[in-house]
Amino acid sequence: MYTTKYHKASDAANAASLLSGAQDGKILAGGQTLVPTMKQRLAAPSDLVDISGIDALRGITVTARKKLGVLKAKDGATITIGAATTHAEVAGNADLAKACPVICGLAGEIGDPAVRHRGTIGGSVANNDPAADYPAALMALGATITTNQRSISADDFFTGLFATALNDGEIITEISFQAPAEGGYGKFPSPASRYAMVGVFAAKSIDGDVRVAVTGAGDDGVFRHAGLEAALASNWSADAVSGVDVSADGLMSDIHGNAAYRANLIGVMAKKAVSA
Amino acid sequence: MSEGIGARVLRKEDKRFLLGKGRYTDDIVEPNQAYAAFVRSPHAHATIKSIDSAAASAMEGVEGVLTGPELVADGIGNIICGWGVTSKDGTPMNMGAWSALATEKVRYVGDAVAIVVADSPAAAKLAAEAVVVDYDVLPVVVNSVDALEAGAPEIHENAPGNLIFDWEIGNQEPTEAALASAEHIVELDIVNNRLAPNPMEPRAAIATFNEAEDHYTLYTTSQNPHVARLVLSAFYNVAPEHKLRVIAPDVGGGFGSKIYIYPEEIACLWASMKTNRSVKWTSDRTEAFLTDAHGRDHVTTAKMGFDKNHKIVGLRVNTKANLGAYMSLFSSATPTYLYATLLSGQYNIENVYADVQGVYTNTVPVDAYRGAGRPEASYVMERMMETAARQLGVDPAELRAKNFVKEFPHQTPVIMAYDSGDFKANQDQAMKAADYKGFEKRRKEAAKRGKLRGIGFSNYIEACGIAPSAAVGSLGAGVGLWESAEVRVNPVGTIEILTGSHSHGQGHETTFAQLVSERLDLPTDNIQIVHGDTDKVQFGMGTYGSRSGAVGMSAISKALDKVEAKVKKIGAHVLEASEDDIVIEGGAVKVKGTDKQMLWHEVGLAAYTAHNIPEGMEPGLKESAFYDPSNFTFPAGCYICEVEVDPETGTTDIVQFVASDDFGTIINPMIVEGQVHGGLAQGIGQAMLEGVVYDDDGQQLSASYMDYTMPRADDLPMYKVMHQSTECPGNPLGMKGCGEAGAIGSPPAVINAITDAIGNNNLAMPATPSAVWAALQEVSAKTAAE
Repeated sequence: MYTTKYHKASDAANAASLLSGAQDGKILAGGQTLVPTMKQRLAAPSDLVDISGIDALRGITVTARKKLGVLKAKDGATITIGAATTHAEVAGNADLAKACPVICGLAGEIGDPAVRHRGTIGGSVANNDPAADYPAALMALGATITTNQRSISADDFFTGLFATALNDGEIITEISFQAPAEGGYGKFPSPASRYAMVGVFAAKSIDGDVRVAVTGAGDDGVFRHAGLEAALASNWSADAVSGVDVSADGLMSDIHGNAAYRANLIGVMAKKAVSA
Repeated sequence: MSEGIGARVLRKEDKRFLLGKGRYTDDIVEPNQAYAAFVRSPHAHATIKSIDSAAASAMEGVEGVLTGPELVADGIGNIICGWGVTSKDGTPMNMGAWSALATEKVRYVGDAVAIVVADSPAAAKLAAEAVVVDYDVLPVVVNSVDALEAGAPEIHENAPGNLIFDWEIGNQEPTEAALASAEHIVELDIVNNRLAPNPMEPRAAIATFNEAEDHYTLYTTSQNPHVARLVLSAFYNVAPEHKLRVIAPDVGGGFGSKIYIYPEEIACLWASMKTNRSVKWTSDRTEAFLTDAHGRDHVTTAKMGFDKNHKIVGLRVNTKANLGAYMSLFSSATPTYLYATLLSGQYNIENVYADVQGVYTNTVPVDAYRGAGRPEASYVMERMMETAARQLGVDPAELRAKNFVKEFPHQTPVIMAYDSGDFKANQDQAMKAADYKGFEKRRKEAAKRGKLRGIGFSNYIEACGIAPSAAVGSLGAGVGLWESAEVRVNPVGTIEILTGSHSHGQGHETTFAQLVSERLDLPTDNIQIVHGDTDKVQFGMGTYGSRSGAVGMSAISKALDKVEAKVKKIGAHVLEASEDDIVIEGGAVKVKGTDKQMLWHEVGLAAYTAHNIPEGMEPGLKESAFYDPSNFTFPAGCYICEVEVDPETGTTDIVQFVASDDFGTIINPMIVEGQVHGGLAQGIGQAMLEGVVYDDDGQQLSASYMDYTMPRADDLPMYKVMHQSTECPGNPLGMKGCGEAGAIGSPPAVINAITDAIGNNNLAMPATPSAVWAALQEVSAKTAAE
């Protein structure tokens, strides 16, 4: 690891100011990607601004949807997760498990226990690794990513491989979304890294909107799959998925599997997601 | 006594390992210690135009930057291969020069160009990055087939066409004739995938030059410290043997990769002399992928003929073995004498002929890795037998049984003379444990759940207990492969065993003590095993080739014979009895049929005080022995693997794995089972998970655990491990060896099972989900076309 200067930020504003004062500063949240990258000498930030100790950036709130008249509001709670909340906290949150269990399950299968106890949702989202799990979830749930400057929709946030709409010095503070009426995540882990080789998150909002997002497979990172969305909008079932021809165009090929295999897995994992 | 042969004694060495108190090379700190980092080639093939180390040398904390030309100027010799293989035409192999630090050319990514010595590892790494090397990049070839083609880039001047040797074994003309007249012919193209060894502890070295005494000490991660000293001294001219002490302290796994003497140890020793500092280097995991000798990497075609009764009449095999950019220490022996000599398998085959081309490529050197040639041989044999059974429409177990060698000794057409075994007994035991008869019912039940269930056999045989010195000498080995031992009985009766074997996970401190316990009827707590230090141990050839039981313990046994003889003489003298009436039992020397005895510590004391020993007897109680085996040993067994494949994803679950092995005498069944478990994990890893992948530029695409799939606990089934042993007649303990069997026998069982499940024999290792799925698509496409 190259020499770097470590700062512990007291709040988000302090973090932003420390970052702006650094020559080539980086936000350090859980450090589960950044620190290994630095140890491999592939990244050499001049300064690290640690936000993991900022209480205001941590925690999960679940606000139940108000019942309106005779409408039966089974789901639809608004969920807000602080950017520095760890995967283990998401996986183990009892309120969240009631309101949106799929997100707990997803967080509980990221990495290993050590990663889950340090790695954060904000860090994962900001890094936008093309094989990470959260980007698919946020896109399928139509989540909002709030920063110290603005709010960004997930559709606008994820812009490509390891690329996001974040500006220099912009810090994610929280992620929010509405619990879906239906939601599932099918993940096929890479045999080696156990990142998603293909991960499909399918969600049906309480208004009936269906969104399906795919991670691990796209040449340009996480993406929504129109064909699967259309099929599931009319029939939320594994059978509906079987009728969709998933194209290999635009999918990744690497030593673990080619585009055709990933296309196949998208179908299989989509079925798993809706059968969950 | 309960701690003798056959007892499940808990491992004595585990206390320090489980407490985190093991002492590995990187734990050792010398006064005035500096740290080394290597400047490595980023190119797979290039000429070095210039090296500019001025900026690096001027950096803070940098002691020095040393390069290849300086190393050569100081007389440090080239790295050699210690086994000469002769080609068909009688010419010696074409060994290219390998300097510990490259001089004119680099030949693989990771090739060391310079060593930087600095006050801290960070300063050394930073300075290494500041060394500017100007390269002229050359064309690259990474696989053995391409490297042999006309016009391929030439890697070494003295190996035209990249051919190191073109070697043959067996009887060519009778084999061709037998195949020409065979009733049935089975042919198969087989690739044995390239593996990275991945011991848990990466390689490390700390070298100290003592200027006042002109003496060097090297701590290093070695499986054979005496061999390291011999080669460092005799060939690399680092220092004469009496001025060089090599210590291999606790070593965290080797799997063959720590047999060899690598550029880094040589460079650290030399740099210590140049800088007058202790120089420490510890590989990181990336360096391990880039520089540890890889294993396997064979491309093979095989043709087997059967008569109308399904008896094998002949086997012809051609293998192109990728040896990488340079010839590692035993690289020539692995794909020849350790491989093709096993191409008769467990079968009585009159005619076998094989030829092997050893080939240079722009990749990491390839050498022995757990099994070393024998996994490649068993993969060829057992894939062929399973394929033949399918082609002939007969039961794979019956086809094998029909062709088994049944009488011993059995001379094969490929040098080996099998001394013992009962292949049918192992197969019967495994089939019973696997409920082979019930398989079709299980297959049908799985089909109802949408799963494809398959079963596969592997009836492996290997040659270990390596090896009779005269025999290997006649085949080109540069060393003898005996082992030595010394038994020291202390004046208080405790015992030290000094052995030339080296434990790096095998549990010698327990197993070897059990042998002494058995012979002298003493508790293992009274027995200490000393190994791994050339200043303490007389000499030794080290641990590899599953040799430490059959050869290393036989040497201890031989030394114990001498100790017992002397003890009996002392006992007879002191107890005033005939030597013939003296027995050693219950921790004492007794006169048979009387109550007269000397306790063990009294015997020790008597020997060392020498107040009352037979006239003319030398005082003391210490005996040594060298044991040279008369033959290889031949562990064999039957492995049965049963899998379920998910046709949607190609994911394979091993639902059952049965291993029935014949290891001869077993000292500690718990340790032997552990060896089998570990070997099976590596074999299953090769079959389903692991594989080094190079791109066309010679860059490894799989050089981290993000991309190289190591087997994990949840990838593996609960094994059913059992034994059905015949005694080995070749050594006094009847042992055959167990260290490599699991890795040798398991890959074909797995692939035979998966190919059975999916109904497509065209499947290469590693059978990853995507590879299995692709093979399933071939089946669907073929079905659709029909």
